[in-house]
Amino acid sequence: MRSHPHRARYLALGTTALLAAALIAGCSSGGGSKPSSSGPIIIGTSLSLTGDFSTDGIAFEKGYELWVHDINAHGGIMGRKVQLDILNDNSSQTQVVTNYTDLINVKHVDLTFGPFSSLLTAPAAEVAHRYNFAFIEGAGGSPLVFGEKLPDVFDVALPVANELDPFVNWIKSLPASQRPTTAAYPMANDPFATPQVQLAQSELQPLGIKTLYSKIFPEEEPDYLPNADIVAGKKPQAVILGSVDVPTVAAFMKGFEEQHYNPKVFVAAAGPDQGSAFESAVGGPGNANGMMVPDAWYPGYPSATSQAMVNEYVAKYGGTASGVNADVAEAYSVGEVTAQAVEATHSLSGPKLIAYLHSGVTLTSVEGPVSFNSIGENVKAIAFIFQWQNGKFVQVLPTTATGSVPILYPKTNWSS
Amino acid sequence: MGTEIAHAIADGILGGGVYALMAAGLTLVFGVLDIINVAQGILVVLGAYLSYVLSVHLHIDLLVGLLITVPAMFVIGVVIYWLFIRTLRGAERTSMTLLACFAVALIIEGVLYREFGSNYVSLNAWYVNQSVHILGFYLADIYLIGFGLAVAAVVVLYLILYRTTFGRAVRATMQNQTAARLIGIDVNRVAALTFGIGVAVTAIGGMVYGSITSFTPNSGYDLISRLLAIVILAGMGSIGGALAAAVFMTTIEALVDIWQPDWSIVVFYLAMVIVLTFRPQGLFGRHAVRAQ
Repeated sequence: MRSHPHRARYLALGTTALLAAALIAGCSSGGGSKPSSSGPIIIGTSLSLTGDFSTDGIAFEKGYELWVHDINAHGGIMGRKVQLDILNDNSSQTQVVTNYTDLINVKHVDLTFGPFSSLLTAPAAEVAHRYNFAFIEGAGGSPLVFGEKLPDVFDVALPVANELDPFVNWIKSLPASQRPTTAAYPMANDPFATPQVQLAQSELQPLGIKTLYSKIFPEEEPDYLPNADIVAGKKPQAVILGSVDVPTVAAFMKGFEEQHYNPKVFVAAAGPDQGSAFESAVGGPGNANGMMVPDAWYPGYPSATSQAMVNEYVAKYGGTASGVNADVAEAYSVGEVTAQAVEATHSLSGPKLIAYLHSGVTLTSVEGPVSFNSIGENVKAIAFIFQWQNGKFVQVLPTTATGSVPILYPKTNWSS
Repeated sequence: MGTEIAHAIADGILGGGVYALMAAGLTLVFGVLDIINVAQGILVVLGAYLSYVLSVHLHIDLLVGLLITVPAMFVIGVVIYWLFIRTLRGAERTSMTLLACFAVALIIEGVLYREFGSNYVSLNAWYVNQSVHILGFYLADIYLIGFGLAVAAVVVLYLILYRTTFGRAVRATMQNQTAARLIGIDVNRVAALTFGIGVAVTAIGGMVYGSITSFTPNSGYDLISRLLAIVILAGMGSIGGALAAAVFMTTIEALVDIWQPDWSIVVFYLAMVIVLTFRPQGLFGRHAVRAQ
């Protein structure tokens, strides 16, 4: 068989040129820069539908879908219907990168929505940045994400480092005789949990509240009994738990109950905000009573759009209003902010959306006002502390905020 | 500090019982069938969900419910073996059984997600959050129950393996399948029953696991690596060894939790590596087990 060296060389050159052209085309796609058409606007997102974050991931999916339903019922964005393209990242930091690369580079989605958790948002935001997409997200509020200082990141939720501010301020406001005198700070090794608890500790210690325990435990711990027993053995009056999910806080509560130890005040970074999922996991409303959690939203949030969303959620997915997960509102807010930005700029272009969102404009969402600083933090987000009281999840702090009810302090004893 | 250490040791011993319950089936199945059942984690979760259904929907006490879940899981185990594993033979059998077990895990996880969703649930009974005061500190009832069940399960499995005709057939199969066939043992039947027993024991582990922590269909993944570490340390195939290894590892972990909890998982696996460096066959090696 005769060889064709010239043909092979031309073939190689041609292939290289084609690859280079494809690469350039891919890299310069410029974030949703496809020419507008009458077809639907495709929004791509990666969610943790399985894996460690699946409870939150599925709640996010419902929030996104609810928003899509609503926006389409009102004519869509710029007259175009909206369609979601959701990929499952299995709670994996590696898979989330693959998914957003796939969504942007292969599926050529028009816009992207963020995933769940700071752990996944940080690597995903870098992918979006590479392709000049505006990366609007609702669950990446930790310093891990903002520390990247990416111009394309916009977190509609509350920055997590400040989430416990209302709690700390409330402790400061108490007469010295009523303040807890000792505290414990067990923290999961997670960018969401540790910053806020460490910040709270640094502010409570100068008040004379003695730290009896402050340690970081692995996030993947399958059995928290030894940790809970150690904390219970020290009998702190306040427990500020850096939890990331329901099992962590439920395990500590269970451990405390078994040790016949009940803190005067118990606030957890996450878990009690998971509505009915939390209540059922901890054995009912009696045990949940008095448990506190920081957040920017709760199902009773006094806003007409929030109430409409909650009612619609209950009608669509069942359950009760108090069982609606805060993740739903965070996801819904991502959609609202995106729609307002697209309508204002009349564009799906990433650079235009990024410039608009950095302009200092204040947008609205079911979680309240949204305005971004240079690193994408929502500077208008207001921190609240919520508490379970007699089977209801209510806002208690700041005490002066509209909608706050008197805080249950000291916390009632375990029910069983 | 002395009380903390004593409490940590007690927690470690009792926690080891829970892990032994979850790992006993894994080591039994490996010992007899040379199958690394990577579906063990999700089978534990399945056992927990069966207890959940009986408890929440039929109001059957968790311990009483074991009279239903253990036989149910036995049947599930036999069916899994018959459908997915029995036909796998030849040089690729080990890798194929790994894939088959992984497929089983995915199927079960999918079914559980469909039936129960992704919300965390937990098992409740009057004794789940109770504790007894012993030697100056409280010990959780459910852990004491779990440890008792673990010891009972090990004793029952020992009696089955070493005091029954079926047990002799099992051990003959463990030693040499071809020779077992030649002396008239129905190896397929023995294998199916053994797989069923291994899964049945997991029902008990699932009930205790679901009582000490909340869980979702995804929770099995957090378990499987620990269970494998325990049975490797024990010497794969050793049921009593699984209890000893689980107690050893969870006790070390609980002690590390006192000073440096973020190192506890590292130490858990480091302990396994150190032991295997000096005793590669594990604490109770498989050859020793099979020779008994």
